Amino acid sequence: MSRFSAMMKMTAVRLSALYLILFTICALVLVFYMTSLSVRLLTAQTETAVNEEIESIGQSYERGGIAGLVRSIDRRGSQPGAYLYLVTDPAGRIVAGNVQSIEIGVLQNEGWIERPITYERYGEGNDPKVHTAIARVIVMPNGIRVMVGRDLGEPEQVRLVVRRALMAALGIMGVGAFLIWFFVGRRALHRIDEVSVASQRIMGGDLAGRLPVSGSGDEFDRLSENLNGMLARIQELNEGVRHVSDNIAHDLKTPLTRMHNRAESALANAKSTKAWRVAMEGMISDSDQLIRTFNAILMISRLESGYSTEAMEQIALSAIAEDVFELYEPSAEEAGVKFMLGPLDTAPVKANRELIGQTISNLVDNAIKYARGSENPVEVTLSVARQDDKIKVIVADNGPGIPQDQMERATERFVRLEDSRSQPGSGLGLSLAKAVMKLHGGTLELADNAPGLRAVLVFPVGRTVDEPQNRGDKR
Amino acid sequence: MKILVIEDDREAARYLEKAFAEAGHSADVAGDGETGYTLAEQGTYDALVVDRMLPRRDGLSVVAALRAQGNDTPALILSALGQVDDRVTGLRAGGDDYLTKPYAFSELLARIEVLQRRSSPKEAETVYRVGDLELDRLSHSAKRAGQVIILQPREFRLLEYLMRHAGQVVTRTMLLEHVWDYHFDPQTNVIDVHVSRLRGKIEKDFDTPLLHTVRGAGYMLKAAGTVA
Repeated sequence: MSRFSAMMKMTAVRLSALYLILFTICALVLVFYMTSLSVRLLTAQTETAVNEEIESIGQSYERGGIAGLVRSIDRRGSQPGAYLYLVTDPAGRIVAGNVQSIEIGVLQNEGWIERPITYERYGEGNDPKVHTAIARVIVMPNGIRVMVGRDLGEPEQVRLVVRRALMAALGIMGVGAFLIWFFVGRRALHRIDEVSVASQRIMGGDLAGRLPVSGSGDEFDRLSENLNGMLARIQELNEGVRHVSDNIAHDLKTPLTRMHNRAESALANAKSTKAWRVAMEGMISDSDQLIRTFNAILMISRLESGYSTEAMEQIALSAIAEDVFELYEPSAEEAGVKFMLGPLDTAPVKANRELIGQTISNLVDNAIKYARGSENPVEVTLSVARQDDKIKVIVADNGPGIPQDQMERATERFVRLEDSRSQPGSGLGLSLAKAVMKLHGGTLELADNAPGLRAVLVFPVGRTVDEPQNRGDKR
Repeated sequence: MKILVIEDDREAARYLEKAFAEAGHSADVAGDGETGYTLAEQGTYDALVVDRMLPRRDGLSVVAALRAQGNDTPALILSALGQVDDRVTGLRAGGDDYLTKPYAFSELLARIEVLQRRSSPKEAETVYRVGDLELDRLSHSAKRAGQVIILQPREFRLLEYLMRHAGQVVTRTMLLEHVWDYHFDPQTNVIDVHVSRLRGKIEKDFDTPLLHTVRGAGYMLKAAGTVA
């Protein structure tokens, strides 16, 4: 019973009930209108026919007198489906006609009898039926009264047929509506129950669970598909968070363990002040590395959550590239790397100088750091190039590069490709660069420099969307 | 040096108090913005360390209120947020320096010590002298014991900054900020290489070292025999 009441609460059922009521009212009005119209039409026809009949009876009277009238009426009255005829003399006795009995007083008034009258007809055997009819009475100059009438059977029948058809139609509609309610409602309820059960399961912790999709492509499927898409995204984010926290735990554990070991071994073994110093300095450098990692993590998450664009300014990337070149040139030289400044396009873009400076520094730092493992004399080139509507900052080296199949992974957080495990660094440099570029509406592209790596920061050229010149057509 | 630490994290405040004491300074602690403001208002401190997010009154408004009163005690703002625009809002509110948590104490100490001297008249001097090293800010020239030292523009700025803060520890981050005007954490040894090039130029032909490396913290320019 609760299922039935649940069904009655459904929007679809309520709406269809409302429609059923409205439709019934409309059908009733329409049917009544049509019946009354057709009945009126039939009545009018009957009246015309009665008038014509009276006229022709009048003519027979004029031609043959009372005898002619009686003859004519006898002839007409005996035909099948005939009119009603009744002729009385001035005393009220029946002279001719095919009516056996009639309501009292009908012949008293002259003219149309406004209401249907009941009568019995001759020739219906032993079982005379009561009929209704309308009639007209005329009085001849000699006091003879003639009544001509027409049976109302036809309009009555029409009324009856229509009424029956209406009842049947309404009955079928009602039953149909109930059947549709029942099946549609039950199906909808079934689908909703399925979704509820699946949702409960997902809320219970089964994040891999999905809502059922029947494959019929109906609105429930569309809803489920969208919800499933949402769940997939949530799961992906959730896994991302877990992945990152696993990595954080791993990457922070290493320096922490090293610090712990250093302290322990200093406590146990250090004899001289110098040994103490060495241990302490090692610990400080480990903790600096930890702080660096933390800062990078914080920065990436802030960038990803949408850093305010207020700090953006129109700035030439070439100026930042020159700064970075100047900053890194000595350390590159010390590392035995030939660091060169390539052609610099001076077009300005909307950028945050700090973030871009840091990003280019990271790329250059990576290039110098990883290129060192190469056998050939290492060259790192920093350049800024314009290509169509893009400005690119290119850091190219001829070092070992990144294998093609690992390019994608290289920008993920904490991914340090196997070969680079021995190098210092948080493994956050490229993912930081990726986050910075996303904030600038650009991308970080890694490509094979054959040999080496080519890291490219791609900026859209600074044609800002809110420039008024694009609005001209709106006026 | 008397420092007021306005920080609501008791653990962190106690650590700072102790660490400042070990570095030869005395530190008072205020646990919320209102108390901090009342103490700082008296103007008896040489420097303030103000956390940004504080109960009762936030750090930026404490500093802004002090500045509005004409109190210009150097203030370093500490923040767990830490992005460029945060730094800008922090400095705009009247802070003199800005440091993001987590930070190394050596960095905080170096910055506080530098801040405290900022109000000293050295800013206005046109010639800086440390031992026999001399730097003329107007003619952009440097000499040591009368011998001219040829410096690149950046090396000049580096030396200028070191000399202005002679006897104080300056960190790599501070150098990147003031000499290169970038506020990120310098990677690996970039700054060290610049410093060692400069050191080569000012110490190569001389016996006494001037530019000292302070392990785990940064650098200090100091004439032999002087006390920091």
